[in-house]
Amino acid sequence: MRGFKFTLAAALVCAGAASADIVAPADVVFTDGVAVAASLTGAAGNPAEGAKIVGSKKLGNCVACHAVSALADIPFHGEVGPMLDGVGDRWTEAELRGILVNSKNMFEGTVMPAYYKVDGFNRPGNAYTGKPAEGPLDPLLSAQQIEDVIAFLASLKE
Amino acid sequence: MKMKAATAALIALMAAPAMVAAGADDDTLIINEEITMTTKAPAPAHLSDALDEVMSGWHFRSDGTQAMQMDDFDNPGMIGVEAGLEAWNTAEGSEGKSCASCHGDAESMAGIKAVYPKYNAEAGEVRTLQMQMNACRTERMGAEAWKYDKGDAINMEALLASVSRGMPVNVAIDGPAAATWEMGKELYYTRTGQLDLSCASCHEQNYGNMIRADHLSQGQINGFPVYRLKNTKLNGVHSRFKGCVRDTRAATYKPGSAEFVALELYVASRGNGLSVEGPSVRN
Ligand code: HEC
Ligand code: HEC
Repeated sequence: MRGFKFTLAAALVCAGAASADIVAPADVVFTDGVAVAASLTGAAGNPAEGAKIVGSKKLGNCVACHAVSALADIPFHGEVGPMLDGVGDRWTEAELRGILVNSKNMFEGTVMPAYYKVDGFNRPGNAYTGKPAEGPLDPLLSAQQIEDVIAFLASLKE
Repeated sequence: MKMKAATAALIALMAAPAMVAAGADDDTLIINEEITMTTKAPAPAHLSDALDEVMSGWHFRSDGTQAMQMDDFDNPGMIGVEAGLEAWNTAEGSEGKSCASCHGDAESMAGIKAVYPKYNAEAGEVRTLQMQMNACRTERMGAEAWKYDKGDAINMEALLASVSRGMPVNVAIDGPAAATWEMGKELYYTRTGQLDLSCASCHEQNYGNMIRADHLSQGQINGFPVYRLKNTKLNGVHSRFKGCVRDTRAATYKPGSAEFVALELYVASRGNGLSVEGPSVRN
């Protein structure tokens, strides 16, 4: 019993150490109020995964509002936001990270959701059930997913 | 490989003009070759800061969906109207009365839908049409109230809308209705949920734009109840509001709640000048 408890405690410490590199939503540091210089995971993301997240209705669903020529095989791109072709030329990675974490810093009053923000919402729900959220919110995308999306966006050059 | 890229580029090119042209169309809505609907009107004065013109959701639907609303034989919502007419003439409750016992023909209700929600002085509240129907049922017929936005209530609302078709929406927003209207306006512009969007984010700032596969309209309610091809039934205003609020990842309000009553009055007033169109057909 004692031994088991000890192992459990050690395992928890290890998990803590592994996630210590991940910047929590509350700890994200903005430079000039709009950009986030450091990777949220401490590492570069995977652009292929990022492409999936941008196109997937269940994940980022960015194409609900943005058209992306690189994802032309996915049907129905929206036109609420600007086309994302060439965003890798228009913005630095730090700026793209800032836009994803909380777009309202870069674009005041924008309709684009903040993907790495967990508080300050009015009547937050439990995902799309229409019921009130239970407990703390998860960000819309994880740190890893944000980095993957940034890697994909950075590759969108004219 | 090269070929594929070229095809993708071509598809993108072809998709672009279609998207640009995707605003409201210029078609005319005439029902049964008889009633010409006002589906575009100058924005009412209270809205003139935000919009120049108000438009029925009909203009944002495909030709096929539009056509279904142009003839009562093709409009599946008319089945609800028929059921409503049967209920109109059926005595219910402890008083042994039907709607017809007090009001006569359903046609005598022409013009009523156009002015609801409306302030009721005796009750001291703004009432939706469904609240008024239920007041008649419980107070005059001795019958049970119908559940908000459920089949019986929606069918009756569809009947009352149908006899007002073509008449201009004209809800009062001043006097005793003003406080409720202000509350509704506040709700319309308040962002909700983790997506942090208000009604205005989609239906004022972005109508005419595609949001994924959906063509955003102004979110007008002159066409309610609405037969939706998606769920193959007539839908009430509050149920639609609930769905839209849910889609912002928010905790919704309930159909029949004070919040949705206020929001209904406000959204109805954004369509003052458009024809009553219900039951309409949407996707
Ligand atoms: C509800 C609509 C909506 C969604 C969903 C959305 N965006 Fe946006 N986005 C916008 C709008 C609108 C703008 C333009 C900023 C403004 O003026 O409000 C924008 C701007 C941007 C920009 C800057 C574009 C440029 O050309 O300068 C980037 C990059 C971006 N979005 C990426 C994303 C990514 C990645 C996602 C998904 C993870 C996403 N957006 C989801 C609406 C949206
Ligand atoms: C995230 C985007 C979004 C938000 C926010 C939103 N809606 Fe909608 N709404 C839609 C879409 C998409 C449709 C279906 C296409 C259409 O008719 O615009 C729709 C449809 C409607 C309709 C049906 C219109 C018709 O002609 O059948 C009404 C009414 C409506 N919305 C009202 C509201 C109200 C009121 C709010 C705020 C409480 C709201 N919406 C918030 C996306 C949204």
